Amino acid sequence: MNLRSFNPTRSRRDFLDNTLFGLGLGALSHLLGVEGRTAESAPDALAPRQPHFTPRAKNVIFLFQAGAPSQIDLFDPKPKLHEWNGQALPESLAKELQLAFIQPTAKVLASRRQFQPSGESGIELSEWLPHTATIADEICLVRSVRGESVNHHPGQSLLMTGSPLPGRPTVGSWITYGLGSESRDLPGFVVLKTGSSTQGSTGNWTNGFLPSNYQGVLLRSEGDAILHLSNPSGVTPDMQRADLDLIRELNREHLARTGDQEIAARIESYELAFRMQASAPSLIDISDEPEPVREMYGLNSDETRDYGMTCLLARRLIERGVRFVLNQHAQWDHHSNLDRGLSQKCRTTDQPVAALVRDLKQRGLLDETLVIWAGEFGRTSLAEWRDPSDPANIGRDHHADGFSVWLAGGGVKGGQIIGRTDELGLTVEEDPVHIHDLQATVLHCLGLDHERLTYRHIGRDFRLTDVGGTVVQAMLA
Amino acid sequence: MKACEQNRWQVLSAVSCTLVLALVGLLADLQAELPPPTAGEVDFDTDIRPLFEQRCHACHGLANAMNGLRLDRRADALAGGHSGPAIIPGNSAESRLIHLVAGHQVKVVMPPTGKPLGRAEIGKLRAWIDRGAPWPDAVGESVAEDEPVESGHWAFQPIVRPEVPVGSDPIDYFIRERLHKEGLEPAPPADRDTLLTRVSLDLTGLPPTREEQRAFNEDQADGAYERVVERLLASESFGEKQAMHWLDQVRYADSDGYAKDYVRPHAWRYRRWVVNALNSGMGFDRFSIEQIAGDLLPGATVEQRVATGFHRNTLRNREGGVNPAQYAFEETVDRASTFGTVWLGLTVGCAQCHDHKYDPVSQREFYELFAFFDNLKEDRIYAPVPGELGPYLRSVNEYRHKHQEILDEYNVSALQADWEQRCIRAGETPGVYLDYDLAWQELGLNTDGGQEIVRIPPHERTWRQANMVTYYFLGAYGLVVSKDKLKELGLSEALRKIKELNRTYPQRSEARIVYESPEPQPTFLRVRGSWDRHGIEVGPGTPGVLPAKREASSGRLELARWLFAKDNPLTARVAANRIWQEYFGRGLVATSEDFGTQGEKPSHPRLLDWLASEYRDSGWNVRHLHRLIVNSDTYKQASQGSQSLVQRDPGNALLARQVRLRLPAELIWDRALGAAGLLHHDVGGRSFRPAMPPGTTGFKAGGTDWSPSSGRERYKRGMYIQFQRTQPFPFLMNFDSPEFREPTCRRERSNTPLQALNLLNDSTFAEAWQSLAVRVLADAPDQSFRGRLRYAFRLALGRDPTAGEAERFGAYVPRRSSVAMPAADGVQHLPEVEGLEKSELVAWTGVGRVLMNLDEFVTRP
Repeated sequence: MNLRSFNPTRSRRDFLDNTLFGLGLGALSHLLGVEGRTAESAPDALAPRQPHFTPRAKNVIFLFQAGAPSQIDLFDPKPKLHEWNGQALPESLAKELQLAFIQPTAKVLASRRQFQPSGESGIELSEWLPHTATIADEICLVRSVRGESVNHHPGQSLLMTGSPLPGRPTVGSWITYGLGSESRDLPGFVVLKTGSSTQGSTGNWTNGFLPSNYQGVLLRSEGDAILHLSNPSGVTPDMQRADLDLIRELNREHLARTGDQEIAARIESYELAFRMQASAPSLIDISDEPEPVREMYGLNSDETRDYGMTCLLARRLIERGVRFVLNQHAQWDHHSNLDRGLSQKCRTTDQPVAALVRDLKQRGLLDETLVIWAGEFGRTSLAEWRDPSDPANIGRDHHADGFSVWLAGGGVKGGQIIGRTDELGLTVEEDPVHIHDLQATVLHCLGLDHERLTYRHIGRDFRLTDVGGTVVQAMLA
Repeated sequence: MKACEQNRWQVLSAVSCTLVLALVGLLADLQAELPPPTAGEVDFDTDIRPLFEQRCHACHGLANAMNGLRLDRRADALAGGHSGPAIIPGNSAESRLIHLVAGHQVKVVMPPTGKPLGRAEIGKLRAWIDRGAPWPDAVGESVAEDEPVESGHWAFQPIVRPEVPVGSDPIDYFIRERLHKEGLEPAPPADRDTLLTRVSLDLTGLPPTREEQRAFNEDQADGAYERVVERLLASESFGEKQAMHWLDQVRYADSDGYAKDYVRPHAWRYRRWVVNALNSGMGFDRFSIEQIAGDLLPGATVEQRVATGFHRNTLRNREGGVNPAQYAFEETVDRASTFGTVWLGLTVGCAQCHDHKYDPVSQREFYELFAFFDNLKEDRIYAPVPGELGPYLRSVNEYRHKHQEILDEYNVSALQADWEQRCIRAGETPGVYLDYDLAWQELGLNTDGGQEIVRIPPHERTWRQANMVTYYFLGAYGLVVSKDKLKELGLSEALRKIKELNRTYPQRSEARIVYESPEPQPTFLRVRGSWDRHGIEVGPGTPGVLPAKREASSGRLELARWLFAKDNPLTARVAANRIWQEYFGRGLVATSEDFGTQGEKPSHPRLLDWLASEYRDSGWNVRHLHRLIVNSDTYKQASQGSQSLVQRDPGNALLARQVRLRLPAELIWDRALGAAGLLHHDVGGRSFRPAMPPGTTGFKAGGTDWSPSSGRERYKRGMYIQFQRTQPFPFLMNFDSPEFREPTCRRERSNTPLQALNLLNDSTFAEAWQSLAVRVLADAPDQSFRGRLRYAFRLALGRDPTAGEAERFGAYVPRRSSVAMPAADGVQHLPEVEGLEKSELVAWTGVGRVLMNLDEFVTRP
């Protein structure tokens, strides 16, 4: 029986696919909402869709560093701080700071890191990022990013969803909603996670009020790679096929009786589930990766193995057509023991991150993949010292008014620095880039207009950039 | 001014040279941005009034006084807007109007659209202001005095009850009237099996049992269907099913949300109130008033106070370092917005930051609504449920004695008193005692009212207050003493013993409630919606587009009663529409959350008004409205439509047929456990935790406290699954459960491969297939293959198999017998069932798996 012959959804979708360019996705979802919201749940809710304009990148790997890495010790050298080291700032300067835990009377803490110009572009990077230094000419370092909150959850929520208050869809969900996915046997939005687990909640990959087709799917490190992936024990693949065949036949008969296209969608979902069962194990089975690749990602060393594996998996996911990979690493929240904690985080992540960018480039994937490295905010140039009896205990508090983020690949111009913070690292002095600007730019790289990628919910058209956002043209290649 | 000078001097002296130069340069730039006043003559009528008319009046005129500012009348223009005065006659340099048009030290430049004003235009404005802003009277200016706001928007018009011919069912009359106009015929009635399954799932959320199916089949007399409806309406499961929809709207959850996401062990007590109220037949008016303002009712009962737990469903941010005042503001915004969405179907929250030209609610009106909720105080009360009080009273003396013994054993009161004093001292002098600074801050964030309670002398604290602080202290003393010292004191051991004691002795249930502050504070409009930017002071008030409230005092109770005033048209329309959408998959107003000017218009306006007036005139009788709908022929139609009908009306707005609807997550859970005979009824009970698959916990900073429930508890209805906001049970999210962070008026219905994997492989569902198989093999009255298959179909789908289906299963069962028994993780193995062949059990478990994975199983027919 030919399912397509009486599929009204199909013809409507074809029509919409063809007219999407002029219509805008907001109008699309609105139109479909009027018609009973069938499109979101149609069989091809994740089918690839045309962007608003010619894209620079197809896919995204978001290397999220949860907990707020210290830009002062990694990306944004502030030699001037040495003149102030150990002293309090004048009240007039300190009182403007938005602080979480420390008082404005806290003492300045100059970075003890050496910074070196790297690559042909000469971007200055910390001695603790020797591998990132080797890809300096690929990265666009933004030193003037602005958030709104100095608390982790609201900060992460702003970075991921455009609002410090929880409940909205995340950037990965927006992008899979806007573009669908090239992958026919994996989810369009996949999440990888390493580091101690106390930071970064499921709120970082939620679909919010979008249909659950667009939720991030966690690739798990224990149990099944994808939740509920394996059959209950005793059900062999043959039996699984037999059960699925019978389910499909019965669903088809029911479809013939009712003509309800939702049943056709469910038949498709079960087929995709079966393909996922087949392809997910081969995704995580890296025995086909040659030794030099493993070495490059740091899989042979204890410190880098776990994070290296997630970076390698991110590349394998992109190769398989997954649209958006969120690779989340905790825990960069160095209120205390900054030197010990931060150096350990750098040793864990620096090599795999550089390997990923280099590997993508070697495979010709970097041009179509946008790589983002970002925390939810940065850290103060003032010290947090919870146990003054222990000099090594010193750390830094949260700071959202001028922190560093970098992007590489798909559509961004590498080897450049955008924006400048003042000499004391207190605020942005030149070319501020609000989180909404960053989000607008990321969508722009993917061919999406952040003002047109909307979804109607409780009486309002929502978008990732809320009511703000300007594409940062200087970042684009 | 002097302090300011001094500060500037400090900066100059302290900061390095380059920085100073930069600052000086910056100041010079800012000053340079203000164009100078025009030197020549400026005439208001030729130079200024046209400018206001062309560039300002669209937003700051008679029709829209955005941000409270009008520039069409002298008195209003000089009075200013929500941010304060805009024009200071004689001082243009300090006038906000000039700063805004010149983009001087402001974030937004006015006018926001079109070309910015030129230097010459700004110069003229400055000169005019510097000369005292003379404003000659214009003809007709005084005509447009403060007339009442009028809106032609359909939803705000009075409800007009339309006539219905005698003898017709009103619902069918209006639906068929429209169908007739469109040249369409209604679908034939659904068959009896479909109808029974449909109405059972819709009214109670549970599939019909085998006995209920048999009884309906045997009752062939007139009125059999209506008798089923009455049985279902009287069932306690009716209140549960309707509570589910309500809990979506009021964003009920069992945890705080945000990073720490603490469990709210008492939240269920409010949910129980909702279930009981709906089961008791409480009218929708009382149901609403008690939730909004039960505490203000004369002689408020415990249950009426429990109802105010509605306001406690807001998220709470307890993350270290947050400013509690900021999040208290966000919670009040949430309360006002939730009120608007739930009862008025208006998205009032959009006006938090500024006015929107076409929105019915202005920013000022939003804060007037906000003011009703701005003086709420939170508390917990004892709210014992039947059966708790007797055992508690009989053992309370012994219990308290033992409680004190434990505290004495670990010298808690002395340690705690010292800790409290140090906390209070640090709170009074921040930045001096660094360790206790954090302790004080954390006490405020992690307890509800702990900072106030420690200021009450210990002997004056209530039992609950005293324990709250003591239990917190036992867990938090480690913030200020070393690990070794903590271990030596043994406080964690003390806490463990007390918890054990509390489990051993009977306790009273507690409820989270609100009450009105005895010392109300004024409410301020917030400029651009920022919590710390106070604008003008506002008092409580309802939106101008709706009928005014009659009573002079303006408390929450009046607000709640105002909803149900006879001339308030929104409440009844919104509520009737939300009930309607449960039965047809879409409301008569498709945007059931938005009755504002941006929402959809009703497909059947006269029917909507008829239902609204009927609901109101019946005394807001909830069951009456449900009964009317499910007894209509429109509801009882078959879901199948011809291809041409589906193409013509794909969203089924005309209702020439019924519609198949994928069940919400909780009802899929219930249907599986119901078919399996495992469902454990505990109406209005506590939340429970199914086994969480490994690797799905640990996303919250507050630690993982998801110990799976045991025994029958884990077979309770899906609506009682503990909702942990930052790590929700994956099954719920796979099937489009809301996140309960804001009101949800209609759920999404997606269709994804993760749903397939969930139903195919999850351990709870595996248990359900096995139990279904045992039921079939043990209980089917006819143990032939056909008899068994028929029994399995009846349990799972409420109907008999077709000939084609029977044939397919006939081929499947022998194949399936050869495979080993599924035994998913965490499943308690079923006891050996005497007389059952293992191979048969395996085969029929496969049958159960197939049946419970059909589209039909997850769909209301």
